[in-house]
This record gives sequence, C-alpha cells and structure tokens, in this order.
Amino acid sequence: MISDETRSRIDAEIGRYPTPRGALLPALHWVQEEHGHVSRESAAELAEIFGLRAAEIMEVVSFYNMFFDEPQPRHHVYVCTNLPCSLRGARTLLRQLEAHLGVHVGEATPDGRLALGHEECLGACAYAPMMRVDHRYHEDLDFEKAKRILDELD
Amino acid sequence: MLTVPYITNYLTEHFADDAFGTIEGYERYGGYAGYRQALDTPAEDLIELVKASGLQGRGGAGFSTGMKWSFMPRETDQPKFLVCNADESEPGSFKDRILMERGPHQVIEGILIAALATGSDKTFLYVRGEYAHPADRMEQAVREARERGYLGPNALGKRRSHEIVVTRGAGAYICGEETGLLESLEGKKGQPRKKPPFPAQYGAFGMPTTVNNVETFSHVPHILKHGAEWFRGFGTEKSPGTTIFGVSGQVRRPGLYELPLGTRLDEIVFEHAGGPAEGRKVKGVIPGGMSMPVLPASLLDVPMANEFLRERKTMLGTGGIMVMDDTTCMVRASCVISYFFRDESCGQCTQCREGTGWMHKILERIERGAGEREDLDVLLDVAAKMEGQTICAFADAAAWPIQGMLRHFREEFEEHVRQQKCPFPASFEL
Repeated sequence: MISDETRSRIDAEIGRYPTPRGALLPALHWVQEEHGHVSRESAAELAEIFGLRAAEIMEVVSFYNMFFDEPQPRHHVYVCTNLPCSLRGARTLLRQLEAHLGVHVGEATPDGRLALGHEECLGACAYAPMMRVDHRYHEDLDFEKAKRILDELD
Repeated sequence: MLTVPYITNYLTEHFADDAFGTIEGYERYGGYAGYRQALDTPAEDLIELVKASGLQGRGGAGFSTGMKWSFMPRETDQPKFLVCNADESEPGSFKDRILMERGPHQVIEGILIAALATGSDKTFLYVRGEYAHPADRMEQAVREARERGYLGPNALGKRRSHEIVVTRGAGAYICGEETGLLESLEGKKGQPRKKPPFPAQYGAFGMPTTVNNVETFSHVPHILKHGAEWFRGFGTEKSPGTTIFGVSGQVRRPGLYELPLGTRLDEIVFEHAGGPAEGRKVKGVIPGGMSMPVLPASLLDVPMANEFLRERKTMLGTGGIMVMDDTTCMVRASCVISYFFRDESCGQCTQCREGTGWMHKILERIERGAGEREDLDVLLDVAAKMEGQTICAFADAAAWPIQGMLRHFREEFEEHVRQQKCPFPASFEL
C-alpha cells in the first residue's frame, strides 16, 4: 500500500503540472523510496491515482534505468565505465570489486546486501574513476578507497 | 569544482566561495541585478539584446538563443513554458552539474530574464535522476528565491507570476534530447517527437515552450549586466562568450576550464590540462562530448568554436574534451562508445535501434580478433544508413564518432583484422 504520506505528496505534486500525469515520475521515485521497487500492486494504485492503466505505469517503469519492478538488494553500487572513466582505470576497478565481493557485474551478493553494476557516464569525468552508491557519488577512487566504502555499508 | 584543477572567468568567478551558492551571497556579488534591469525592459528589447550578444546554446547544438526566444508566440491565450534542460548526460560533460552545485541562483536569474523575454508562466527544470545533489541544490535555491519574492505571484512584475518546478528524470540519456525531455516531463517514456511542430508551437504539455541548457541560462544575467558588446569581447566573432570546457581522460590535470570560445584545443590539452603523463604522447582527442568525431594529434591546432571545428569535420558539442594517449587502442575506445549508444537508443526508429546494435557487435568482433576486412566497410555503410534517417539526432550522434575513428585511425582497425588480435595489450582494460 502506498502510505498516506506519500499519497498526499503525490496529490500536491499533481497540482504543479498542467496535466496530472506530469507528476508520474516524481510519484514513481517516492513509491520506490518507500517500497524499494514498483510492485504490480503499487502500479495498480498509481494507475488509479493517475487515471491510467497499470500497463501504462509499467511501460514507464521499464523505460527508465532507475526504476525497478522487482525487489532490490539494500544497496546499489554502480561503477561508471564510460570512456573517460575507462581511460582512467574504471574497468580494472570493477574487476577488482567483482573479485572482492565474489559476484559478477549485474549480480547481487547472496545476503542481499548490495548489487554491483556498471553505469554509463554520470557526469564526474574529471574525478574518474568513480562510483554511485545509492544516491551518493564517490569520486577519485582507487581499489582500497572503493573497498572501504563498500565494506562500511550496512 | 574545487577538488579538480580549474580556470575561472565570469561564469565561475565566485565558485570557490560557498556563499555564492546562497541567496545572500549571490546578492552580495551583485546577483539578481540583471533580473531587476530586465524587469524594466520591454520583452522585445531583451530578445534583441540576447540576439545582439550572439549567445549560442551551450547544450550541444549551438543554436542562437535570442532567435530561439523570438520563436515563442507573442499573442496567445495558452500558457507558455520554459524548460531548463539539466539532463546533462553526454559522456565527457560535467559542467551543468557544477553550475547547479556552485551557482544555482545564476541559473535562476537567467531563467527569470528568459521568462520576461518570452512571457512565460512557468519553468520546468528537468534534472537527470542521478544528479541527486545538484537537484537538491536547485530546490533549495528555488525556495530561497521564492522567499525573497524573485519567484512567486509577482516574479515578473506586478501580478505576473513565475514558478520553477524542479523535476527529476530517472536514468535515460535520450531525455537530454529536447523533445524526449518533454515526453518524460509529461510522465511518459522519453521517446523524441517528430519535428515540426517545434517546441515553440507545441512543447511541454502541448503549450508553447522554449528549452535552454543550464549553462545557456547562466550566461544571460551577465549579458544583461554588462551588455552585448562586452559579451562579444570574449570568444570569436561567430561564437562569442566563454564556455566551461570539461577535460577528462589521459591528461595530468583533468578539470574544468572556463575559457573564451575559440581557445585552441592544443592549448587546453597541453597547457591548461598539463598534457599526457610522463613519457606518453597524445593520440587522439574527442573535442565536444562523446557524440563528436575524434581528432588525431596532428589536428589539435584548432580554435574551439564551431566555425573552425566544422572544417575538421567535428563540432564543439558540449565542450567535453576527452584525451586519449598512445597506450589507447582506438578500436577498444570505439567499442566503449558504440556500447553506450546501443544501450541508450530509445528503440523508436529501426535504423537507430538496429544500427547501434550492429555497430557494437562488429566493433567487438574486430577487437576480439575475429574481424574481417569487409567489416570496416559494413561499419561505414551502417553508419551512413543511420545518419539523418531518424526522428532525432541520436542516430547521428552514434554514427559520427565511429566515422571519425575510421577516418583518422583506419590503420588500427585494419591491423586488428590482419593480426586477428588487438595490437595494443597495454590499452585500458575492456
């Protein structure tokens, strides 16, 4: 269930756009913040709020990288592997993190603590290599630094 | 900004001072004076001033900002909107982020002047979802500006309101394309629209809309304060003003360098960014974000302005300069580039959806040592069939860099095919 608090946040947001649907992306962000992903149940609730079909909600969810339709591990770790970062060792860092965590890119640790992924340019090119952990950027990394950051995650 | 080397000019002059990011600090540095001046200036004169300054959009296309503003209908019963494109996602570009983090009120002041010039009712500031911190900074600044009355019911003079709505994307490069952005803003998949109609006729939510980039808005208060002639004192005759060059890759001092347009590329790479590491040589430089064709070391004596870069078959783009030294395998670099476009194609047009996939597949095959001689011509053939054939410029952006690589480094591709392996074992790991 979408909480009353999130529901009233969504209602207020709807008023800021000429058509209610303008508030859909913000709503999806908040629902995901609350539940960790956008479930079929949440999609049905959002469909009700926005006067859309659940399939239309899921169509949007599936288009954007930052929305998930399945339960997620506690943390997301993304190493940027686009060209500027690759030129400064990002892929070597990623291999080292794979070995350290015992998972491949695209996989989560068995305890559901974190998922390791790679991502396209995050706009931190002069601070390469870098990674995004949930909503935070960590820049100018080497393996030791990155390892410490990941080991400290709950 | 402060953790990387940088050079400042008028845009970034006070970025070292945290106070510049607050409304009190910004006002102390003379902020919102351009807006006050604009309040007393007829809209037509504002447009003429920006036209006279020669300011070109800094989001990649380089279109005249004053011209763009003039396309907005004057007399209309419909609401009019501005969109601030803060979906900075072009690989190699990281200037809009700094402009929002360190100078959010400069962005807001530019927006307000544009609102006065175009008679717009509301601005949607669309920030890429990954930029959580810049978006927080902009939201905070919008709150401050509202408390001071710069935004709200009387923002554009008596009883003429203006509001800025900060809205966050969710991870899709294509939403930086202006009509893809508009679709996303409306809560849909970010698939670009066919043009015409252009946004000035049918934009956000079907209303007349002007879309400008974060940096473009940031220049505007300075033009108001100092005039068109002053602005033309920077840069070249056809490309006035400064821009923030973001230098990345294999140089000693990757960083942010605000310099006049027309500054030579070799000066930026070797003097400001310190050139390659000890014992290394520069092999190639991508001058304007990853969509722009590469230049080999022999062609770096070029002023960074479109009128000069075009002669070398490349463009300024977003001013993101990526430097590759002589360890780098250009086929490998091409693989990384083509993977990006394959991953980010919105899938709407066949040429792009299929073409980006095939280009990546072929490039990977060549890099793996399984390429054939014909592959090079197939690559060029695919690129030619993507270019100019789709709804938006994404397919061109995917084709150009690979065409550039083959134009200047064809022998490296041929060498991969001949040896049936990558001849650059010391290149960055793939």
